[in-house]
Amino acid sequence: MKLTQLSLFLENRPGRLIEPTRLLAAEGINVMTLCLADTAEFGILRLIVQDPKRAAEVLNGAGWTVNLTEVVAVEVPDQPGGLAAVLGVFEQAGLNVEYVYAFTLRRDDRAILVFRFQEPDQAIAALQASGHQVLDAERLDALVG
Amino acid sequence: MLKELWNDAAGGFHPASAPDFLPESALKEVQLRRLRAVVQRAYDNVALFQERLRERGLTPAAIESLADIRHLPFTVKADLRDTYPFGLFASPMSEVVRLHASSGTTGKPIVVAYTREDIEVWSEVMARTLACCSLHRGDIVQNAFGYGLFTGGLGAHYGAEALGATVIPISGGNTDRQIMVIRDFGVSALFSTPSYFTHLVERASELGIDLRELPLRVGVFGAEPWSDGMRSHIEAAAGISAFDIYGLSEIIGPGVASECPEHHGLHVFEDHFYPEIIDPETGEPLPDGEEGELVLTTLSKRAMPMIRYRTRDITAIIPERCGCGRSLRRIQRIGRRSDDMIIIRGVNIFPSQVEAALLAVEGTLPHYRIILSREQGLDQMTVEVEVTPEVLSDQVRVIEDMRERIAQAIERILGIRVGLRLVEPHSIERSQGKAKRVIDQRGD
Repeated sequence: MKLTQLSLFLENRPGRLIEPTRLLAAEGINVMTLCLADTAEFGILRLIVQDPKRAAEVLNGAGWTVNLTEVVAVEVPDQPGGLAAVLGVFEQAGLNVEYVYAFTLRRDDRAILVFRFQEPDQAIAALQASGHQVLDAERLDALVG
Repeated sequence: MLKELWNDAAGGFHPASAPDFLPESALKEVQLRRLRAVVQRAYDNVALFQERLRERGLTPAAIESLADIRHLPFTVKADLRDTYPFGLFASPMSEVVRLHASSGTTGKPIVVAYTREDIEVWSEVMARTLACCSLHRGDIVQNAFGYGLFTGGLGAHYGAEALGATVIPISGGNTDRQIMVIRDFGVSALFSTPSYFTHLVERASELGIDLRELPLRVGVFGAEPWSDGMRSHIEAAAGISAFDIYGLSEIIGPGVASECPEHHGLHVFEDHFYPEIIDPETGEPLPDGEEGELVLTTLSKRAMPMIRYRTRDITAIIPERCGCGRSLRRIQRIGRRSDDMIIIRGVNIFPSQVEAALLAVEGTLPHYRIILSREQGLDQMTVEVEVTPEVLSDQVRVIEDMRERIAQAIERILGIRVGLRLVEPHSIERSQGKAKRVIDQRGD
């Protein structure tokens, strides 16, 4: 039920973001969403892509070091209160969110929230118990494709 | 796969190694006889040496015992530069069969010469070096030292052939091809600089090749200082036993000293190269066991005898006998050269100290370099460290914690706060030969 997120280390200077995205584009790997965490000195680029295993191979082959992390993706209605309802579940379960980012799907009125937890399995259990739709890679592919 | 272990019927003894086991008295006799001959040869044929002895009112006859060597003048690297290119040769060019030269990154290169006898001695000491590193006939060795003016490639090549091993003269560079050859040819031993091998291990892992699964069992590394931590890293990552060898072109090239399977110091082939340790400030000889600058005298060199050559390498002679049975004295591994010393805001720093700090925090040695700059008249030192897979995280906090731990470890070891910059993997240029760890942009 988890998605694999790719993380790359980038130095904080012009032009660094484009290289990995070009590599993925050349291989026809679609980037579904990304999130850049930055400090004064460096950034961490986090990517959700269609084929994470192949994307990691492509990037590794070009000399990038890639960190793979499991994240939890939840589908919510793209309307006020969508995020709050999910966060309420984690609050109830006493789970700490490390970070979150979101994206919407162009075809319909749903949003996808991507969460990073220390204990993703507990988060998934809490979400499922409260009737939320947790996405696996297959379901995400279907939604995007 | 079980790696083959060196367990020859002769108990690890190779015929080429016979002089390694001479009784002390016999060794000293050989050393004195050769010392007197080489001093006479240099006096008769090298104008600079004769002049310096005369200034001191000495003749070769002053050498009555090994201890008398202390009366002889030192030779320093500047002497080779000042007499460039052939001023210190003791043989006419008709007897010289080979010239090598240093890369000459700082000013003129230095040129070194070999007669046919010198090449034979070089092959012998390199064969003894490799036997010391547990190699033998039947080994397939990949020689990734650079062939050319650098002495590493050809020196190791001749030694491996003299030993009876199968040599692949691949030279440095083209890492993907090196890895293919290691795998396809069943290479059992590889020679290179330690920094290049680290790069090779990293590349093999990227290509999905596990060196530990291959027959490669020995690495022979030299030409630059490397730490014990780096050794553990290399040995674990490649499933090999890593040996440190020592040499310098001015003396002969590789083949001056070598580790044995005890991995505790390097045996000096002192029947050919007489070692002394001196106080680098006063030039006075220090007793065995005390740390100072290594000074070497070539006892059998013909084309270019070096009398009391100051190596700038800091080490100590290990007084105890070695467990391997060799009677040759050992020097401690050379962690630093006095040449490598950086002086920043009045503090003496060696790159090996930065390396120790990085190893202590990360557990493995990342690629790094030290940038020296001057800002508003003040020297600045910045350590650039590549982010390794071990350090890389998806969380900023985790990376910043690691960065802070590295900064603190460096400060603890050096005693001063220096700049630290995390840089992208592979952004620091990989060396094919000696690693250039220090970039000095101070402009003087």
